[in-house]
Amino acid sequence: VQPFASAIAANRFGLGARPGELTTIGSDPRGWLIAQLQGGPPLLSDASLQNSVQVLADALQLRRELQAARKAGQDVQQKLPQFLKPIYVAEGTARFAEAVASGRPFIERLTQFWANHFAVSVDKQFLAGLAGSFEREAIRPHVLGNFTELLLAAETHPAMLLYLDNHLSVGPHSLFAERAQRRQSERKIGINENLAREILELHTLGVGGGYTQQDVTTFAEVLTGWSIGLDRGGLLGGGEPGRFVFRAALHEPGTRVVLGKSYADEGFQQGVAVLRDVARTRATAHFIATKLSRHFVADDPPPQVVQAVAAAFLASHGDLPHVYRALIDTREAWEEPLAKYKTPADYIISSYRGLAVPVEGHAPLAPFEVLGQRTWQPGSPAGWPDRSPDWDGASALIKRIEWADAVGARLGSRRDAAELAPQLLGANLADATRTAVARAASAEQAVTLLLAAPEFMRR
Amino acid sequence: MAMRRREFLNLATLATGGALLTTRLAFAHDSERRARLVVVILRGALDGLTAVPPYGDRDYAALRRDGALHAPGEAGGVLPLDGFFGLHPSLSFLGQCYAAKELTVLHAMASPYRERSHFDGQDVLENGTPRAHAGQSGWLNRALAAAPSSAAREAGVALGQNVPLLMRGPAPVTSWSPSRLASLDEDTLARITDLYARDSLLATRLADALAANSIAAQEDAAPIMTATAPSAMARAADASPAQAYNARYVEVVRAAAGFLRQEQGPKVAVFDTTGWDTHANEGGAQGQLAGRLAALDKGLAVLRQELGSSWSDTAVLLATEFGRTAAINGTRGTDHGTAAAAFLVGGAVAGGRVVADWPGLSARALYQGRDLAPTLDLRSVLKGLLADHLQVPARALEDTVFPDSAAARPVRGLLRA
Repeated sequence: VQPFASAIAANRFGLGARPGELTTIGSDPRGWLIAQLQGGPPLLSDASLQNSVQVLADALQLRRELQAARKAGQDVQQKLPQFLKPIYVAEGTARFAEAVASGRPFIERLTQFWANHFAVSVDKQFLAGLAGSFEREAIRPHVLGNFTELLLAAETHPAMLLYLDNHLSVGPHSLFAERAQRRQSERKIGINENLAREILELHTLGVGGGYTQQDVTTFAEVLTGWSIGLDRGGLLGGGEPGRFVFRAALHEPGTRVVLGKSYADEGFQQGVAVLRDVARTRATAHFIATKLSRHFVADDPPPQVVQAVAAAFLASHGDLPHVYRALIDTREAWEEPLAKYKTPADYIISSYRGLAVPVEGHAPLAPFEVLGQRTWQPGSPAGWPDRSPDWDGASALIKRIEWADAVGARLGSRRDAAELAPQLLGANLADATRTAVARAASAEQAVTLLLAAPEFMRR
Repeated sequence: MAMRRREFLNLATLATGGALLTTRLAFAHDSERRARLVVVILRGALDGLTAVPPYGDRDYAALRRDGALHAPGEAGGVLPLDGFFGLHPSLSFLGQCYAAKELTVLHAMASPYRERSHFDGQDVLENGTPRAHAGQSGWLNRALAAAPSSAAREAGVALGQNVPLLMRGPAPVTSWSPSRLASLDEDTLARITDLYARDSLLATRLADALAANSIAAQEDAAPIMTATAPSAMARAADASPAQAYNARYVEVVRAAAGFLRQEQGPKVAVFDTTGWDTHANEGGAQGQLAGRLAALDKGLAVLRQELGSSWSDTAVLLATEFGRTAAINGTRGTDHGTAAAAFLVGGAVAGGRVVADWPGLSARALYQGRDLAPTLDLRSVLKGLLADHLQVPARALEDTVFPDSAAARPVRGLLRA
């Protein structure tokens, strides 16, 4: 085992060493990671957090009331954001606190990875109230399960259907469309292809994964009817408000050919069948393997690593613990001690873990905003990028240093940076950093220098 | 429509004939005037048929139904351009620029990218090659590397924490964004600089950041850099997401102007805006996209105001990765398309016209039966802009800035002589 292997396990596979963690890992970093795969996934169930059905039902109700109030001339523009924001803060804080405290940081990192793979972004209406419950309900239960089940959970979750506009997508020959035609409705009836495209491009096959525009359009037709319960009448209404509902009246009838395979019209099951097949393709295995390898090994991962991970994905039919083990078992994962530049979230979480900073205060998520990675707001369904040039900007660096300075000022007198440095960085600790921390002008400055050190900027 | 095509060809040939003259004039006044370029990336695929509606096209209204915009003068009508195209009514500042001959509208334009992924589309928009992920640098940086050198330490600045692909590459650039944190004391900074001495990436980034900060701190920029930050922060605390976004955007615009006004500062600034991916409830004269366009337009007005006399040396390019479907979809929005509209605005722009070889919107004319067909290569416009505005040599444009682009002939005459 390389001397820096324990630091790789704690800092690259995990979320940053807590004091004592490198000692716990000792000489068996692989074993430390594999042990974390045992047992159920950390669900972050907290009685104070609301589920998405509750939030969405309340938000829909509120929106209806606001529409009435607006017609009556009241200024209610802020009401919905004011309702959603506390939910966002509570969810984000719980997630942050779990990342800082977790004794299974590898699983927390994987959770963040998959939440980012199936990204929703809170800059869309309602999503501020749903991003957290989406992660807890659709992502966490499946992080140590099967990719197909993870995929199905993500694509049928109301947060995803809302985020990618599928809930009102209508088959052009559906019952709803026919009635509208009979009424000679002015409304354009048709599909919205956003969800279908992003499933193929971002969630499964990957761009260049062998699908055509025709596949996107047809798949969008297959997915018509995947919707959300709404508290109103008519063909667009019904179902339990806030819960997934399949609306047969919106569904495009008929057999559909997607990626060369024919799918009989079995309503909701038609889309499920497509997803189950797409989830098991070589293209999906390669795409998921590439993203995992990029996240855990290097910005441009060696092809043999991607190949090994993809092979495990195919051989195990998407059993994720098998896939993770294949990744851990590659030689290359343990060769380059500081291969990845930390994202702002990595940087903040590893700082909190390393210095044992409590997650508290009136704006616990502020550091993420200040350093440029607002929680659950990647701004696009592609999620946050995962390469050094996306995060290593000059302005981004100076903000990290300024923030490290503020952390040092706040905590420095109560932390011994010289003692912590080897505990956080292990064999990666450079002599220059050790010396600089030891010779710092103050305890505060010592903490700042530790957090600003080149080996703490990377993982 | 035939006239439109002729007009386009005339512009292209006239400008090519006068290229020598244009270049010489530009060179002559470069010593007293510094060309400034701002590139605004509209991420998410701006709907060109709503931003610049071809209300004169007989197929347009049927495709857009109740989202179609009407002729100038009608209720919810567009701002007048050339009698065929109009400007979305939210774009009032751009409308004034058009009247003042400081805005050129580009339409039915596309990068070489012909698929419909935002992320690959943006990659091609920024990398300047025909393929996504073809390299780790952007056309604008490579153009700066090939342009006559300036005295500034930094050739360009990206307004944001990180540098977008468009600006990555060999030329020295920096990024800057307003800070809410206290600045560091000199001793700590010196120690960190020492710590980075053996780390070339961090050493370079830190030096770039300090250079940008020192420009930002110069006297005439100071009111902009410091005065806006607290107010924007206060606003952000209880603003709606849209309001917070708009406040940040105006802050970015002011910062861009602050950098470009400096004689020794960077001559190129880049920033991006988001929120253009209007798959549902896009709206027409009013609605979601109208609100975004209004904010964009307001920011450009701020840019002009803040640039002061430098506006006359400035060209601002606003471009998006691709357009959207010609027809409205089933959720009152539009899906990913192909050709788009773009804007070139500024005191240095020879404006007051629409540059478009309009392909029409009939079912036969649409690209793959669904999108506005591309008839103008983005790289043709960029080559003309970079050659005439930043004096980037023609050979570099062909070889390093836009490799494999020989078929895309430069559009000249985009700038005032």
